[in-house]
Amino acid sequence: MAIEINGKTYDTDEEGYLTDLSQWDEDVAKVLAAEEKVEMTDNHWEVINFLREYYNEFQIAPAVRVLTKAIGKKLGPDKGNNKYLYELFPYGPAKQACKIGGLPKPTGCI
Amino acid sequence: MSEVAGDFDDEDGSGTIKKFMFVNRKAPYGTVYALEGLEVVLITAAFDQDVSMVFMDDGVYQLVKGQNTKAIAMKNFSPTYRALDGYDIEKLYVERDSLEMRGLSESDLLVPVEVLSSAEMQVLMNDQDVVIAF
Repeated sequence: MAIEINGKTYDTDEEGYLTDLSQWDEDVAKVLAAEEKVEMTDNHWEVINFLREYYNEFQIAPAVRVLTKAIGKKLGPDKGNNKYLYELFPYGPAKQACKIGGLPKPTGCI
Repeated sequence: MSEVAGDFDDEDGSGTIKKFMFVNRKAPYGTVYALEGLEVVLITAAFDQDVSMVFMDDGVYQLVKGQNTKAIAMKNFSPTYRALDGYDIEKLYVERDSLEMRGLSESDLLVPVEVLSSAEMQVLMNDQDVVIAF
């Protein structure tokens, strides 16, 4: 499958995750977010950028518990908790945010 | 977590915790064992189990610093071992003989480990509920 924006094609797998991470940009992130019914705010972008940095460093998409803890460490306890992250990404922070951020589905898928 | 949250998202610790040991004996590339094994380890840890990892034989190469996979066109997943700490996987054991036979020492490895003799390893293995080898 694929998404097309302004003549640029982004390949996705059957669940809608980008298959080529290097294709990711903000345009496709917005389209992926709309598909997930997530309205992107600065707080959403902060999590997406955090996840992308995490992926660059460790080459995996973190499980939600690990993500929550890592965000708490970097951005403070106000943001490193389930309530905050589920408000931003109601259908699973790691899963939805990874999809919007162009990362693979997290291992252990939560 | 969304789909099956009710099944295991219980923070009260009511689930059973077992001691899982994953024994890694193969080189990181050439077979899928190392990468697939690592995924199983991460999933096991995500279910809040007591996880430890052993690296012996060619498995010690999985932890060697400075891996470069360009020439074999495979993903270098060695940075993922540095994420283990974030998954609360802190018990990483390396067999001394396996390291020494390959001319390696602790300082060649990506992550902090405990180097054990095979006799010490044996004691540790006997203490596990589950031992899985990759």
